[in-house]
Amino acid sequence: MKRMLWKFHGGLHLPGHKTLSNQTPIQAAPLPDFLVFPLRQHIGETAVPVVKVGDKVLKGQVIAKAKGYVSVPVHASSSGTVVAIEARPVPHPSGMFADCIVMQTDGADQWIDLNPVIDYPTLSQSALRNKLREAGIVGLGGAGFPTFIKVNPGSQLPIETLVINGAECEPYITCDDLLMRERSKGIISGIEILQHLVQAKEVLIAIEDNKPEAIRMMQQAASNNTLIRVVPIPTVYPTGGEKQLIRVLTGKEIPSKKLPADIGVICVNPGTAYAIHRAIHHGEPLISRIVTLTGRALTNPGNLETLIGTPVKDLITSAGGETEQIDRLLMGGPMMGIALNTDNIPVIKTTNCLLAAAPDELSTPSTAQPCIRCGDCARACPADLLPQQLYWFARSEEMQQAESYHLFDCIECGCCEAVCPSQIPLVQYYRFAKSDILEAERERLQADKARLRHEAREARVIRLENEHQAKLAEKKARLAKARTSDDSKKDEIAAAIARVKAKKSNQETEP
Amino acid sequence: MILSILVLTALASAFGLLLGYAAVRFRVEGDPLVDQIDALLPQTQCGQCGYPGCKPYATAIANGEADINQCPPGGEAGIQKLADLLGVEAKPLNPENGEEKDKLVAIIIEQDCIGCTLCIQACPVDAILGAAKKMHTVIEAECTGCELCVEPCPVDCIKMVPIRTGLPDWKWPKPRVPVESRL
Ligand code: SF4
Ligand code: SF4
Ligand code: SF4
Repeated sequence: MKRMLWKFHGGLHLPGHKTLSNQTPIQAAPLPDFLVFPLRQHIGETAVPVVKVGDKVLKGQVIAKAKGYVSVPVHASSSGTVVAIEARPVPHPSGMFADCIVMQTDGADQWIDLNPVIDYPTLSQSALRNKLREAGIVGLGGAGFPTFIKVNPGSQLPIETLVINGAECEPYITCDDLLMRERSKGIISGIEILQHLVQAKEVLIAIEDNKPEAIRMMQQAASNNTLIRVVPIPTVYPTGGEKQLIRVLTGKEIPSKKLPADIGVICVNPGTAYAIHRAIHHGEPLISRIVTLTGRALTNPGNLETLIGTPVKDLITSAGGETEQIDRLLMGGPMMGIALNTDNIPVIKTTNCLLAAAPDELSTPSTAQPCIRCGDCARACPADLLPQQLYWFARSEEMQQAESYHLFDCIECGCCEAVCPSQIPLVQYYRFAKSDILEAERERLQADKARLRHEAREARVIRLENEHQAKLAEKKARLAKARTSDDSKKDEIAAAIARVKAKKSNQETEP
Repeated sequence: MILSILVLTALASAFGLLLGYAAVRFRVEGDPLVDQIDALLPQTQCGQCGYPGCKPYATAIANGEADINQCPPGGEAGIQKLADLLGVEAKPLNPENGEEKDKLVAIIIEQDCIGCTLCIQACPVDAILGAAKKMHTVIEAECTGCELCVEPCPVDCIKMVPIRTGLPDWKWPKPRVPVESRL
């Protein structure tokens, strides 16, 4: 029976460029000499190192522990020696440095003792979630949100639908495609663990119809689980956006500022499901992932099973890339990836693709024309926004207006920018506006705190001053009292003297 | 007829009393305009505006005694916000009050500190921790960068340094792609 599907507003049909990298099986990337682990690999708190320079570590050992709730530990992805804990360039649009643990590998690739969970359904759900946390599992498809939190919907609605997001709609990227083709059994086993955790009524594996092989393999692997359905979906960018995918599968809209869980849906990437399978059934923490190496500047594009922490430079070399031929290097795809200005940075848990583009491969507009209000952007926007309005507000820094036009619902998919005849870098404006608003919010909180502290101090100063004055007044009063009692004593003495004198004179006059 | 007049009078006086009571009971403390202005000031409490803190400056603006361009930490953006609130033209920062610069925080060079407590007395937000003849230190997260502690230090061991920015507070810059003129 064919399942009914819905459509989302806008979207684009983009050239896929997928065959560049999906023609060869997944291969293991060579073991690099050095591995670099940024302490902050995803949203949430930065992890705290628990090793020091000179320590020997084994593959899978925790080298930085989680701090706070929205945080997971970092594990060494091979065995070797810690050689530095210092600031290094990290994958981030700022090109900034951040603290990393650097280790030199010893080539033995020796694991710690692994403790698979023998019979996971006997564990409590919270114990099982904790296993996911200890294994360092975060969402491998997007911003890397810790999975143990995502599968804990708490007091919210029961979860109706568990969606496995195998859409992989962005051009060039094929890591999920290859994973689904080659490791479908592992993914299904991970999905079963997830299903046990969230108790969804149905599981939908959504795959774009440009990946027939992946669809077939997943269908085969899921054939004896009646809860799980593989749903081929039309190939439209960005159907892999969480809100867009849920709309396509269920027809439901997620209200502004709400999460899928608020309407009873949880969305997980197949790579994450596979990592969960490895963590529970093999006891392996998340120390590797599949990375797509693609772009016409590489002679050997393909998908590499890569240790987290592997320098990008090493991967590019093993894919037959030469730095000179690379015009632009992106981490992620051409629509949503970030431009790298160095290859001296490591692969992190959320690195799905490295795109090494030849000079004529990607368009790089260098000048923009004024907006002609054609409205093409609004027609393309999958979030149903008014991109030209957002652009005007961001440009004139009317941030409140931008917010009231739902700036924060923008998923930064780049559709508007791709169709804009004036080649305005629209998404850059939205990112600027968003971070400006967030910064203003941080500053406001800071100012509120300073105001409270200042007022508390003022109150204290006044209180102390009053107390001081009160003490002074009291002392004065005591002194004054002492003085008056002195006076009365003097009077008494004088009176006594007078009495004695009077007596004497009386005595003298008596005889 | 009489009954309805009585009922209406009774109702009117009951609600009158209720409103009167509410006006007394729930009276808004303070001057809302002062608070609105104060909410836009950066709360550095540095006194560069010529008043002993942000709230006194806010009061002075509300009373028409001070201009809106006297707060250097608030800078151009702050002046713009004040202008919007008060419905007046924005104007450049008055150079007599100082110049707008990036936010700094104080650090105490701890080995030089003699524990005199003078800086503690100067700090408007209690951001310095210490006691007589004990080493002092600045709680960085609470420091507003007002520089009031620098001057009183007899051994010059307080320095103002740029605030450390990490990845979480990095900001996307405004795009600077040239827009071609259509003329
Ligand atoms: S597509 Fe570009 S030119 Fe057209 S309305 Fe949108 S921003 Fe303006
Ligand atoms: S980048 Fe934002 S505004 Fe532009 S099409 Fe995508 S969701 Fe809409
Ligand atoms: S520590 Fe110094 S600069 Fe910081 S708020 Fe206190 S007095 Fe101002």
